[in-house]
Amino acid sequence: MEHGTPWLQASLIYLGAAVLAVPLARALGLGSIIGYLGAGIVIGPWGLKLVTDPQTMLHAAEFGVVLMLFLVGLELEPRRLWALRRPIFGWGSAQLLGSAALLTGIGVALGVDWRLALVGSLGLALSSTAIGLGVLNERRLMGTQAGQSVLSVALFQDIAAIPVLAMVPLLAVAGAGAEPGSGWLAAAKAGGVIAAIIFGGRLLLRPALRWIARSKTPEIFTAAALLLVVATASLMQAVGLSMALGAFLAGVLLAESEYRRELETDLEPFKGLLLGLFFIAVGMSIDFAVVLKNPGLVASLVAVFLVVKAAVLWAMARAMPLPVAERAVFVILLAQGGEFGFVVFQAAFGAGVISAEMSSLLVAAVTLSMLLTPLLLVGADRLETRRIAAQGSAPRLAEIAEEQHAPVIIAGFGRYGQIVGRLLSANGHSATVLDHSVDAVETVRRFGWPAFYGDATRLDLLRVAGAGKARVFVLAIDDVEQSVEVAQLVREHFPHLSVVARARNVTHYYRLRQLGVTLIERETLDSALMSGRSVLELMGWQPHAARTKALRFRSHSIALMEQMAPHLGDENRLITMAKQGRAQLDALWASERAERDVRAASAGWQTRAGREAPADDSKG
Amino acid sequence: MPEILVLAAHPQLEHSRVNRVLMQAASAVMLPAASPADLAALPRIEVRDLYALYPDYLIDVEAEQALLAEARLVVWLHPIHWYSMPPLMKLWLDEVLSFGWAYGPGGHALQGKDLWLVASTGGPVESYHPAGYNRYFFDAFLTPYEQTAALAGMRWLPPLLLHGAHRVDEATLAAHVALFTDRLTAYPDWPERAGLEENEECEVPANARPAAA
Repeated sequence: MEHGTPWLQASLIYLGAAVLAVPLARALGLGSIIGYLGAGIVIGPWGLKLVTDPQTMLHAAEFGVVLMLFLVGLELEPRRLWALRRPIFGWGSAQLLGSAALLTGIGVALGVDWRLALVGSLGLALSSTAIGLGVLNERRLMGTQAGQSVLSVALFQDIAAIPVLAMVPLLAVAGAGAEPGSGWLAAAKAGGVIAAIIFGGRLLLRPALRWIARSKTPEIFTAAALLLVVATASLMQAVGLSMALGAFLAGVLLAESEYRRELETDLEPFKGLLLGLFFIAVGMSIDFAVVLKNPGLVASLVAVFLVVKAAVLWAMARAMPLPVAERAVFVILLAQGGEFGFVVFQAAFGAGVISAEMSSLLVAAVTLSMLLTPLLLVGADRLETRRIAAQGSAPRLAEIAEEQHAPVIIAGFGRYGQIVGRLLSANGHSATVLDHSVDAVETVRRFGWPAFYGDATRLDLLRVAGAGKARVFVLAIDDVEQSVEVAQLVREHFPHLSVVARARNVTHYYRLRQLGVTLIERETLDSALMSGRSVLELMGWQPHAARTKALRFRSHSIALMEQMAPHLGDENRLITMAKQGRAQLDALWASERAERDVRAASAGWQTRAGREAPADDSKG
Repeated sequence: MPEILVLAAHPQLEHSRVNRVLMQAASAVMLPAASPADLAALPRIEVRDLYALYPDYLIDVEAEQALLAEARLVVWLHPIHWYSMPPLMKLWLDEVLSFGWAYGPGGHALQGKDLWLVASTGGPVESYHPAGYNRYFFDAFLTPYEQTAALAGMRWLPPLLLHGAHRVDEATLAAHVALFTDRLTAYPDWPERAGLEENEECEVPANARPAAA
């Protein structure tokens, strides 16, 4: 095996190309999708010829699209879907059906076969969710009316892509002449599998995930998440339905479960890489011979479909109506072709609806339109600045309810965090609760707490939990290493959050202190002092005197800890200081006792009743 | 060290109508600097919200005494509850104005300083009358305050009072706040202060109570 296995060599090429091309594309302001496509073109048969059989890779990488749909499903809580139902289904279908109908009409008018025109139009009418949402996040436009409209249309396209994909083979079948007999059986099988996924998912998925998560092996949970998607996909494929539809269904079923955030963050990197691979494969499969033979055709294809889509979108923006300042962004972010288009063309080519040549032309057109998006945005920005300069107005931000989060996050909801949480809730403050223990989450959910299962040492999860907007972060995790890790993350990425921390012991206290956390409680200090109070009372001290002693001991102890903080690392110095501190407190209290004894002995107004505690026997 | 020390005590500041505004006003007061160099110096007024500083009723006696020792005017800002001061204010008195420091043998730390009470009552002014439900003129409830000042050798300034604090209209409240701010800003040049004599310190005989060790 001197030259390495083919698997190793392929990984080397793909990963190397992605790692080089994506940062380069991003630095040029083109976005990662363009980077992947570029990498594919460079290593493909028309570039360096490092890979000569892109079709195999394309099949494997389609799983990235399946994963993407699973995650889209996870995002779509039925409640959220319901709240956005009008923009999603109203404007979404207007965009998709309007654009597709116009494009099909033009195609048929130009003498193209109706099936080819329909598939091509549907593929071209879809936009790039990845580009659209990416740009919205990058420019913080998600909260604007245009942002919400882009999101709604993109969601509709995500959903619509599934019936579109399901329809493509039917077109091929229609072309070849369907066998009428087998249709019923296939339909029954398909219905059965979908029903099985929905009911099985409802009944079995959550207990199964709970059982797996309880094993406390993170990689097994990740494996289970992947297995879930693979299993649903293969089940669907076995009955001849779209794998993506199955994954989407499984995602929706889990959207309201406590494992949603965990699943999301576990699968996100796989989705990202596999989608990247998919784009690379798409880049490789562009047949440049075809493109170079018909440069005029490709250019006019791009021009026609961009103009048609933009016209539909512009009409929608006027009808909604969107503020004038936001219309350009809305139109540009949805006018380009997208990744679902690639999938549709791929499926259509696979089913024999369109030729390889046509597929290459369409993919090239979509790719070009994606390449044009950043350029169009820059142009729109220029115009917009000129317009604003002329008018002196700024775009308004629309408030939306669903992006709001609880002002307090509690990480770790065991014995400590629960007390904090109950005090807060009893006084009318809501908190987002995160815990990595299944049992803890299950228990508190049974008591009606909306707790989430998740590992707070992960930045992405903290973001999902709303750390970007919350005010207070309660760090109640019992594991010292994890606690310090989370404190580090929070201090670094969310410096606006006030951290209220639990410290297991003095070392833990100092480690948190060094990270700049100031509100730290040693978890045993106060309860031990309460016990100390009880003992003092049992020894004959007045309850109020015992309380005061305990409180003073507390503040002295905390002050000493703070004094010692700058000398961390110098153990000898710390030991000396601790001894000095204890000696100081002892001396102070000894002198107070002596004073009290003197008063008690003399005939003042503080006689028997004034003695706060019995004098030591030794002093009699 | 501040020249004016405002000790504010309100157990439920979130429900306060008068005292909170007065505290904010006092915090915002900029005393005229004696010299340009003083502009950069520490603020000459300090407002201490006792219930915020000592929510556990654990008073830092040393810190309180150090501030008192430097002040010329001590202001007590609180609502009247049950004809007296809120409990933390009383605890502050008990612990900070200690024997041998504020009074008694060697206890001259507060000698010659001014003490000014700024208080509010829920009952209207008519209620503090032999015919009203509070049965006494308000002055009658101030005797312990005046004697406290006398024992420590402090000069008792005429108190600034607002009766019927829940019901007074906004204009009255605003005028009250303005008067408070004026006095703080003008200190020590008060018209009413000129006529007052220094308080004679009340001598506590050495055998009145046992001496400290």
